Amino acid sequence: MSGFNCKHILGLRDIAREDICKILKTAKAMKEIISRPIKKVPALRGKTVVTLFYENSTRTKLSFDLAAKYLSADTVSLSVSTSSVKKGESLIDTARTVEAMRTDILVMRHPASGAPATLKNYLNCAIVNAGDGMNEHPTQALLDLFTIQEKKGKIEGLRVAIIGDILHSRVARSNIWGLKKLGAEVAVAAPSTLIPPEIEKLGVEVYTKVEEALKGADVVNVLRLQLERQESSLIPSLREYAMMYCINEKRLNHAKDDVLLMHPGPMNRGVEISDDVADSARSAINEQVTNGVAVRMAVLYLLAGGEKVEKID
Amino acid sequence: MKKLIKDGYVIDTQNMTMERKDVLIEAKTVVAIDKNISPDADTQVINAEGKLVCPGLIDMHVHLREPGFEAKETIATGTLAAVHGGFSAVACMPNTNPVCDSKATVRFILDKARIFAKSKVYPIAAITKGSEGKEITEMADLMDAGAVAFSDDGQPVMDAGVMYKAMQYAKMLDAVIISHCEDKGLSSDGVMNEGYYSTILGLKGIPKAAEEIMVARDIILAKATKCRLHIAHVSTKGSVELVRRAKEDGINVTCEAAPHHFTLTDSAVEGYDTSTKVNPPLRSEEDVEAVKQGLADGTIDAIATDHAPHTAEEKKVEYQYAPFGLIGLETAVGLVFTELVDKGVLTPVQAVCKLTKAPADILKISGGFLTKGCTADITIIDPDVECTVNPEDFKSKARNTPFAGRRLKGAAVMTIVNGEVVFDSQIAFEK
Repeated sequence: MSGFNCKHILGLRDIAREDICKILKTAKAMKEIISRPIKKVPALRGKTVVTLFYENSTRTKLSFDLAAKYLSADTVSLSVSTSSVKKGESLIDTARTVEAMRTDILVMRHPASGAPATLKNYLNCAIVNAGDGMNEHPTQALLDLFTIQEKKGKIEGLRVAIIGDILHSRVARSNIWGLKKLGAEVAVAAPSTLIPPEIEKLGVEVYTKVEEALKGADVVNVLRLQLERQESSLIPSLREYAMMYCINEKRLNHAKDDVLLMHPGPMNRGVEISDDVADSARSAINEQVTNGVAVRMAVLYLLAGGEKVEKID
Repeated sequence: MKKLIKDGYVIDTQNMTMERKDVLIEAKTVVAIDKNISPDADTQVINAEGKLVCPGLIDMHVHLREPGFEAKETIATGTLAAVHGGFSAVACMPNTNPVCDSKATVRFILDKARIFAKSKVYPIAAITKGSEGKEITEMADLMDAGAVAFSDDGQPVMDAGVMYKAMQYAKMLDAVIISHCEDKGLSSDGVMNEGYYSTILGLKGIPKAAEEIMVARDIILAKATKCRLHIAHVSTKGSVELVRRAKEDGINVTCEAAPHHFTLTDSAVEGYDTSTKVNPPLRSEEDVEAVKQGLADGTIDAIATDHAPHTAEEKKVEYQYAPFGLIGLETAVGLVFTELVDKGVLTPVQAVCKLTKAPADILKISGGFLTKGCTADITIIDPDVECTVNPEDFKSKARNTPFAGRRLKGAAVMTIVNGEVVFDSQIAFEK
């Protein structure tokens, strides 16, 4: 395989198609490793991964932690509440402190868009963006791409519908960049107040009627609706949102028969996705979680130097 | 001792002409403007060949940050930056701590300026007490102390009823109201222009309507009250069109544009450089073009920098947490000549007029033109000199400029205030 050209994973907007494919290919090998009874390899022995989370997260942090441990890296998790940051140390100073303790890879989640891009100018260690504000969540999109490829055998030419709060969603943005780079057609659907301006310039079809976006879809990716959107008058009520956008059996029938249903979690059952659909045979939601670990192992492995570190088996 | 500015192109902002003449200064006064004035033995000769000899430039929109925010800027450093940028006078905004809403604060600023300022300083006082948008200030008393205009810059007066009364009251005093047009409900917690770039950068957008709805409101109030209204930092095509129509309708409205709004678009926010975070935000291409068009056809009367200094630690944070504002005193002349004069948007005379006579007329302060007998506030501009912006050379305390590394053509090379040379690029002379 050719070399991996990324020093950081900040967003899929900045990652070339070849590097995305390389991550997906590596993730396949990683998934095989975590399917074994003894699911640990020494690839990142002696490397240190720090997860620095300025926002609450259970699954993403756990996923990164386990990914690093399965590769034998030493991991430390640091959760910082934004309130204590405001009176104390700046992000740049905190990150420099973490790096000064000989951290190799810094995994960071932050509520402000662009925070990892800002840090990049001050640090030498590799940075993995685990979600920054409304900007990007690249490893989520990579695991979505991996799941599509695994289930459908390809990505190019598929029709993917992304349903929900596109405006505030870093998952949507990363998915759009990745899917377009790999040749998929993308349709998005949301209430008009949750569609960001000029999103069509990214080459996506934009709908307010969810059925139109679902028409002929091979994949449906349902986004989590942040429950506080009602308070800021972006939607009148969760009830009306569910009436118009909840992905249920009836709506899913507009998509292809073999449609693949995904959700980044955690789900609001009965709001953006119905209970029966979430647990149906078409749902890959649990598989996504497993794939998340494999994809994050691939990202950590490639950033640490890939084959130069140690053979993974 | 006399000073003779020799062989420059003297800009006459009253007749909108430019002619090769000499200017003779004695003490604080211009005593002669004529062709081929011969120097006496004791006359200092300043060679201005190939340069523009202008009335001292006036920046009608500056934040000097004193009192209260002296870590960002002071009256001393802000006015030193001003004269290095070619400005012989600045009008300073009242969003200090305390807010400039009392005679005591106006006097404090003027007293400090008398001792420490390199340029002239004209305080702008608040429209409402504490700029809280509730009760109007003692405008007559503030004017008596030396305030030249009223503005709640940065804290728009959201209640139209309060603004209506403020304008009725200001009309009685023939005072000008300078409006920072922003509807807080629409701008909300936005940090950049709403559009393609806010979408791809995942930053909260400020719609153009946030500015335009207030421009429209204040124009309607100006029509109703006949008060003089000046719209600060016009940044959108819609705002330019609203002002153009209001002027056609004979409403008493003027406006200004800032160099960053005719130079940069919101694409500059890529990379999350917090020095591009400014309010109103950098807009789209069509807005930049409309601002230039407005400058060219006279809809936009004045050019003002909205110089807004912040400390490095305040700006070295995540984009959404950084304060709004960028500095402009030391790049304004270069940007005006590079982006407007060199590109044929304005003639040199028009450009200088927007930096001199226009702000002087709006604020009703002295200066803005050069004639025999007037005070010797003079700026000499070299329209051809090229340089690269290096924030480390700035005299301002702040470095928050989005123009670092940019090549500019044209710069102020000498600033004279009250007949005294306060800046000379040849010898970097400071007094």
